Amino acid sequence: MLTAILVLSALSLVFGLILGFAAVRFKVEGDPLVEQIDAQLPQTQCGQCGYPGCRPYAEAIANEGAEINQCPPGGEVTIIALADLLDREPLPLNPENGAIKPKTVAFIDEQTCIGCTLCIQACPVDAILGAAKQMHTIIESECTGCDLCLPPCPVDCIEMVEIKQDMLTWKWPYPEKPIAQKSTPDNPLEASA
Amino acid sequence: MSMAPVKLWDFHGGIHPEQNKLQSTTEPSALAQLPKKLVLPLHQHIGEAAEPIVEIGDTVLKGQKIANANGYVSAPVHAPTSGKIIDISEHPIPHPSGLSALAIVIEPDGRDAWVEYTPDQDYSEKNPSHLRNIIREAGIVGLGGAGFPSFIKLNPGSQKKIKTLILNGVECEPYITCDDMLMREDAHSIIEGVHIMRHALQAEECVIAIEDNKPEAYESICKAAAGIAGLRVALVPTRYPQGSEKQLVQVITGKEVPSNGLALHIGVVCHNVATAAAIYRAIHLGQPLISRMVTITGQAVKQPRNLEVLIGTPMDELLQQCGAEFDQIERLVMGGPMMGFALHEINLPVIKTTNCIIAATREELGLDRPAMPCIRCGACADVCPVKLLPQQLYWHARAKELDKVQEYDLFDCIECGCCSYVCPSNIPLVQYYRFAKGAIWTQEQEHKKSDQARERHEFRLMRIEREKREREAKRAKKKAPRPKTDTAKPPPVDGAQMADKMRQEAMAQRDSAEAARKTEIQAALARVQAKKKDAAPKTDAPVAANSPTPAAASTQASTPTSDSDSSADTATHKDHEQSQ
Repeated sequence: MLTAILVLSALSLVFGLILGFAAVRFKVEGDPLVEQIDAQLPQTQCGQCGYPGCRPYAEAIANEGAEINQCPPGGEVTIIALADLLDREPLPLNPENGAIKPKTVAFIDEQTCIGCTLCIQACPVDAILGAAKQMHTIIESECTGCDLCLPPCPVDCIEMVEIKQDMLTWKWPYPEKPIAQKSTPDNPLEASA
Repeated sequence: MSMAPVKLWDFHGGIHPEQNKLQSTTEPSALAQLPKKLVLPLHQHIGEAAEPIVEIGDTVLKGQKIANANGYVSAPVHAPTSGKIIDISEHPIPHPSGLSALAIVIEPDGRDAWVEYTPDQDYSEKNPSHLRNIIREAGIVGLGGAGFPSFIKLNPGSQKKIKTLILNGVECEPYITCDDMLMREDAHSIIEGVHIMRHALQAEECVIAIEDNKPEAYESICKAAAGIAGLRVALVPTRYPQGSEKQLVQVITGKEVPSNGLALHIGVVCHNVATAAAIYRAIHLGQPLISRMVTITGQAVKQPRNLEVLIGTPMDELLQQCGAEFDQIERLVMGGPMMGFALHEINLPVIKTTNCIIAATREELGLDRPAMPCIRCGACADVCPVKLLPQQLYWHARAKELDKVQEYDLFDCIECGCCSYVCPSNIPLVQYYRFAKGAIWTQEQEHKKSDQARERHEFRLMRIEREKREREAKRAKKKAPRPKTDTAKPPPVDGAQMADKMRQEAMAQRDSAEAARKTEIQAALARVQAKKKDAAPKTDAPVAANSPTPAAASTQASTPTSDSDSSADTATHKDHEQSQ
């Protein structure tokens, strides 16, 4: 009886020490789940999800149980990837957060621009080049098409231009839904859409 | 044939669709009529689009280069006949998307006058790289349908030894007979082209593969190839998709091209027979690729046949020449019924990769059969020449599970369409695979872009934070009393005693002078301070304090690593001072 108690206490002490050591030695810095979610988000930093950027939204999904269907720029692909990652059911995009739009880039009408720098301050990825009283211009390759530069512009000289498809960017579309399979959808996105 | 017959191997799966080849081989090939205008898209090949080197209004001669190759994987474009450039703008092109792309339009003058060119028959003296250059400049791309610039596939690379050159005369897709016709009528050009290719590749042997449904072509090639060392002709049993490069390599050599690999990696290079003929014309005759053999067929065409067509000829003129009933055409297909694609318009130009035009009627297509649910019969897996599991791929592609389709080796799929062909439920399987491939490519690009955006966003946040700290530090500094000039002097940091000594001596000398100067400096300082007090209410910090200074932001935008914030800061200050 006494031996058993002693052995068990000794064991628990040893394991306790090992676990305690492991907790210190292999401590994970930051929240890897947030990183993983953040990696799936499109990084437009547009705030359409209701959070002030992609990372805050990722944190909200991980910690506050926010829904995974609030990212219009990411669209269906992001929702499926998040559902897969978090083992949740994929949901259709929440219409309150906006609709899926074709990809765009901002374009500044340089004749109208007064050089107020307000759009530069609004741009989350520093994709606008310019200085006070100088004409501004968009660095097209860096623009994420987030629309955030539109509201602050006092002269409405910024326009979102749809990225034109050419032969190199064109991709085969999703096949038309076969008629006979309408009644038995196995894809939850199609079912609720 | 004097040589032993080629030992043939097998590949998995495959199908035997209805041939429909006889219709277009009853008549010999003919020249297509010169059209009223020629539309030459700049992107007729795999790789970058060519760059035009002519302007509207220029007159060009037949064979004159009108667009330069742009980059390594690219091909130039030549004028197919003499005439005037009447337009360089976006035109609809034969592409599954139905999009338009930049094209040069030539109005023929009817003279068909050749540009001056230099035939070169002593290719065997020439360096292979010189030959490749001529082939590149002649705008030759793979004429079997893919359109990959041929000179690249004639480069064996630095360390690889090419054992076998396979010349693909298989033409396994139904309806298409342009290679068949070319082999029947112009075996000489093909064999001459083979010699050039072998020289360029330094290949040990060459095998010309022809399916046994083309006995006339086989005979003609055998006759032309008789007695040539290291050149054999293989008659392979007809089966689709034998003409696909990887399957043909397996049939001829018994070796499988590795996944994600090239035939080149196992010492084999595969070219189409028509490419060989085009290479012959480029080297021996000095003529660039300006025309090709095209099969005009389908039930809506009364006299289906092969035509030698100038690149850029509108398809409707070809159809008219073959007596097409336009109102019967339900769908116009470029390429074969298995791997070709439907065209959106009837007057699209023939491009370098147009091997066949099928004007199909409604009953010919069998469009009325709707797709039904998958019953998991497994027929698709039996016929898949790459030994994939098409139904698994289908389920995952349908559910848009892009990582799962890759686990099932989606990218080894050659899109031959065997699975869709045998599917009892008529599911358009290949369309799902094509969609999934495109979606994966898009996703990869977007991931790259979003990583970049994240980096820039994080850098911006860091910069704003740093600017805030710097402003606070500056403000704190302003509030603190000014340190005196004397004490502000740094202590000697230099280790060298000599330097120390010299400095001390210098300082001692200066001390006397300094006392006199000090009074002067103080007076000057007082003057400056008085001036500053006058201007103070205007020029003080509010602009800078506002937040990211515009100049700084822009410097950051272009060079994220630059550290010139403070200098940019002062620059804006000056800006504002000047403007006020």
